[in-house]
Amino acid sequence: MKNALWRGCSAAVLAGGMALSVLGAGAVRAEETIKVGILHSLSGTMAISETTLKDVMLMLIAEQNAKGGVLGKKLEPVVVDPASNWPLFAEKARELISKDKVAAVFGCWTSVSRKSVLPVFKELDNVLFYPVQYEGEESERNVFYTGAAPNQQAIPAVDYLMSKDGGEAKRWVLEGTDYVYPRTTNKILEAYLKSKGVASEDIMINYTPFGFSDWQTEVSKIKAFGSAGKKTAVVSTINGDANVPFYKELGNQGIKATDIPVMAFSVGEEELAGIDAKPLVGHQAAWNYFESIKTPENEAFIKQWQAYRKNPKAVTNDPMEAHYIGFNMWVKAVEKAGSTDPEKVIAALPGIEQKNLTGGTAKMLPNHHITKPVFIGEIEASGQFDVVNKTEGLIPGEAWSKQLEGSKDLEADWVTLKCGNYNTKTKKCGGA
Amino acid sequence: MTRFLALLLLLIAAPACAQAPSPYEKFASDNYSDIDAGVAGLAASGDPRAGDILAALSDGRLFYRPADKTLFIKQGPALSDARTGAPAPADDGLKLVRANTRIRRAIEAAQGQLNLASPNAGRRREAADAVFKARDVAALPALDAALARETDASVKRTLTEARAAVLLVKPGTSEGDRLSAIPPIQARGDGDAMGALRGLSADPSEAVRAAAAKGIAAIETKLALLNAAQNVWYGVSLGSVLLLAAIGLAITFGVMGVINMAHGEMVMLGAYTTFLVQELIRAKAPGLFGWSLAISIPCAFVVAGAVGVLIERFIIRFLYGRPLETLLATFGVSLALQQTVRSIFGPTNREVGAPAFMSGAFDLFGLSVTLGRMWIVAFSIAVFFGLMFVLRKTSFGLKTRAVTQNRRMAAAMGIRTPYVDAMTFGLGSGIAGIAGVALSQIDNVSPNLGQSYIIDSFLVVVFGGVGSLWGTLVAALTLGVANKLAEPYFGAVLAKIGMLVFIILFIQKRPRGLFALKGRAVES
Repeated sequence: MKNALWRGCSAAVLAGGMALSVLGAGAVRAEETIKVGILHSLSGTMAISETTLKDVMLMLIAEQNAKGGVLGKKLEPVVVDPASNWPLFAEKARELISKDKVAAVFGCWTSVSRKSVLPVFKELDNVLFYPVQYEGEESERNVFYTGAAPNQQAIPAVDYLMSKDGGEAKRWVLEGTDYVYPRTTNKILEAYLKSKGVASEDIMINYTPFGFSDWQTEVSKIKAFGSAGKKTAVVSTINGDANVPFYKELGNQGIKATDIPVMAFSVGEEELAGIDAKPLVGHQAAWNYFESIKTPENEAFIKQWQAYRKNPKAVTNDPMEAHYIGFNMWVKAVEKAGSTDPEKVIAALPGIEQKNLTGGTAKMLPNHHITKPVFIGEIEASGQFDVVNKTEGLIPGEAWSKQLEGSKDLEADWVTLKCGNYNTKTKKCGGA
Repeated sequence: MTRFLALLLLLIAAPACAQAPSPYEKFASDNYSDIDAGVAGLAASGDPRAGDILAALSDGRLFYRPADKTLFIKQGPALSDARTGAPAPADDGLKLVRANTRIRRAIEAAQGQLNLASPNAGRRREAADAVFKARDVAALPALDAALARETDASVKRTLTEARAAVLLVKPGTSEGDRLSAIPPIQARGDGDAMGALRGLSADPSEAVRAAAAKGIAAIETKLALLNAAQNVWYGVSLGSVLLLAAIGLAITFGVMGVINMAHGEMVMLGAYTTFLVQELIRAKAPGLFGWSLAISIPCAFVVAGAVGVLIERFIIRFLYGRPLETLLATFGVSLALQQTVRSIFGPTNREVGAPAFMSGAFDLFGLSVTLGRMWIVAFSIAVFFGLMFVLRKTSFGLKTRAVTQNRRMAAAMGIRTPYVDAMTFGLGSGIAGIAGVALSQIDNVSPNLGQSYIIDSFLVVVFGGVGSLWGTLVAALTLGVANKLAEPYFGAVLAKIGMLVFIILFIQKRPRGLFALKGRAVES
C-alpha cells in the first residue's frame, strides 16, 4: 500500500515536472530565438535551382547555432514554399513578416519574384537578402543584393571574349530567354559592344520562350551567323531548363568551343550535373564563384555542404556563396547594431565586410550591392569549371548601368543620400 | 641506374639544344600568349613528336617542371619526357600546361598542318579542312608540299581550297593569284567558303571585289535552298516529337474523351524509367549500355501504363461524363506526381546518356542531319503504326472501338466495358511513357518535363480532329513544319504565338479539326 502510494506520488510529481519543463521550454523558446525567413520555391519550375538555396540556409543557420547563435539567442529558420508562383511570393513574404515575425528574409531567385515581394518589404519594413545575379537598374532600402550586378558579370565576360586570351571575338550573338533579365542585360551589352566599335550587323540578338527545347533552327542560325569570316562568340542568358537541350544541340551539330565559344551567365555546376559535359569542353561561364577554386575557405565550405547533404557528389555554386556572404554579413550587422530590429540592421549593414570563399573580402556598399571578383571558367569534361581568367581585384556592384541612357546619371546611396535613384544631373531623388 | 643516366644525359643535352630557337620552353609558362607561341613553333619545327605533344596539351596531360622547364607527358600514371618519349620518374613538383579556347584553336590549326603529311587520306582531308578554317599563313609551305605529293582527288580538291583561302589572307598576294583563288572557294559552297570570300569586301582591286561578290551571291543562292530543305527537316523532326507526345493523348482524350491533364506526367515517368534503367545498366552490366533505350521502352510502357490504369480505376472512372471535374482531378494528379518524383529524385535534372548510335550528325548533300533526331523521327513513325495496328487488327482494339462508339451496345454484346476503359487508358498512358524514353534524349529529365508538352499535345489532338489517329499525325507534322519555317523569319517566340493564333482561327472555322469523325455517335 505504502509502495503503491509512493509510486502514485512519484508519478504525479514526474508528470507535473514534465509538464512544467515542457511549458518552460516553450516559454524560453518563444523568448530566446531569432526567426529567420527562407523564401525559396520548393516546388514548381524554379525548385530545380531554389531548393539547394533553402538547404544552404538551413546549414548556415545550424552552423551559427552551433557557434552559440546571435546575441546569445538561437536562430530559428522559418521555411515557406512560394511554389514558383510570383503572387504567392508576396503572400508568403507577408506571412513571414507579420505572422512569424522574422528578423530578416533570405530568398527569391527570379527578378519577377523579387519585384513581387518588394512592396511587402517596403510596407512592413523588413530586410531581404537576394542572392542571384540580376539585371541591375534597382536599389531599394530594404533589399541587399549579394548576387552580381551586370558590371560584375556581363561586362567583364564580354571584355574577356574580346581579349586575345578569349579569342578576339568580332561578331556577337546575344541569345537569351524572353524575360526581363536577358532583355535588360542584352540592352546593356549591345550598348557596351557598340561603344567598343562593334557594328550593328555584327550583333545578332535572339530570344526564345521559357523551357524552349527545340533548338535546331536557333543553333543552325548561330552556325550560319558565325561563318561570316570573323571570330564569333555567343553570350547566353538562356535560363534554367532550356540550357540542357541548347548545349545538346550544339554538341550534335558539331559546334565546338574552338569554332564558336558560348559564354553563359546562368549555367553553373548545378545545371551541368544534368548533361554529359564532354561535347561542351571549352564553352565558358562567368561567375563570381566556382566550386573548383582552391582556397581553404572554399574547401571547408564544400566539405561542410557535402556532409550536410550526405552526398559526396553534391555541388556548390555561385548563388550559394552569395547566401553565405549575405548571411554572415547579416549576423555581423546584427551584432554591430546589438539588435535584430530591421531599421537598425539596415543602417548597420553598409560597410560590413565578410571574407568570400574565393580568397577576397566582400564589402557591403552604400548602394546595397557588394564587391565581388569576376571569374571566367571553361567547362571541363568532369562538369566542373577551369578558371581561365580573373579580374584584377574586386569589382564594386553598380546598381544603375552606365551603358543605358535612362540610368547613367542615377546613383544609389543609402548612407549619405538616403536615396536609391538619385539623379546627379537634376540633383533630385526620384530617377530620370 | 640506366634511367638515371639517361636523365643525366638529357640534362646535359638540354642546354645544347637550347642554342637553337626552341619552342619547348615556351610551354613552361602560365601565360597563354607564350603557350600559343609554343604551339605555333612546334607545328613549324617538323618535330616528329609534335603531334603527341599537342594531343597531350589538348587533353590536359602535358606538364612542366618549373625548375628547368622540361616538358613531360602523363599517360595514365606513367610519365615520359615529352621531347624524347623516354620514360621519366614520377615527380611531385610538376605543373600542368594549361589550355584554353585560344590554345585549343591554335592546336587545331597546328594539328591541321602536321596531319597534312599523314598517310591516311581521311586525316589529310580533315587537316586540309582545319587549315581552310584557320587560314594560317604559316601553313602555306606545308600546303604546297602536300599538294605536290597528293594523289587522292578529293583530298587534292580540299587542299586546293585551303591553299586558295590562305592565299587570300596572305599579304602581298598578286591580283591575278587572288582572282584565281576565288573559283575553288566558290565551288566549295558552304558557310566557311562564304566567310573566306566576305573577307575580300575591302580588297583594293575592283575585279577581285566583283568576283568575290559574284561568288558570295552564288553560294548564298545555294545555301538558301539548302536552308529551306534544312528547315523542312527540322519541322519534320519537331513534328515527330509533337506526334510522340500527343499520340497517347489521342487515345485517352481523342478516343475516350477524358481530358487528362496528367498526360505530361506519364511522359515524365517514362523518362525517369529510362534514367533508372540506365543507372541499373551502368552499375550491373555496362556492356549493355548501347541497348539501354531498347530495354527502357517496354519498362517505360509498363510503368506509365500501370500508373495510368491506377488513375483510371481510382479516380477517372467515377468522373466519366463530367469533363470539368475530370480536368481538375487529373490536374491534381499531375501536381501530385510531379511532387512525388521531385521528392524521390530531387528537383535537379537527371542525366540520361545517349548511346553511341544516337550521337553526332552526318552530312546529306550538304544538309546536316543529327542522328538522335533521325532516330526519333523513325521511332515515332514506328509507334504510330504500331498503335494503328493494335487498334485496327487486334481483338482488344476492336473492343476499344466498340466501347467508344456505342458503350451500351458493346456492353450488351458481352464486352466488359469498365475493363476495356481501364486498359485503353493504360494503353494511352503507356504510349506516353514510351514517348518519354525518346524525349529523355532531347530534353531535360526533370519533374517539369511533362508540363512543357501537355499544351502542345492538346493542340495537336484538337487540331487534328478528336478521335482520329491520322489527324494527329498530319496535325503534328503540319504544326512542326509550319513552326520551323516561320521561326527563322519571326523568331521562336513569335512563331509559337503565331501557331496558337492560327489554331484558334482554324478551330473557329472547323470546330472538329482537320479529320472530323462523322456519324451518329459523334453527333450525340
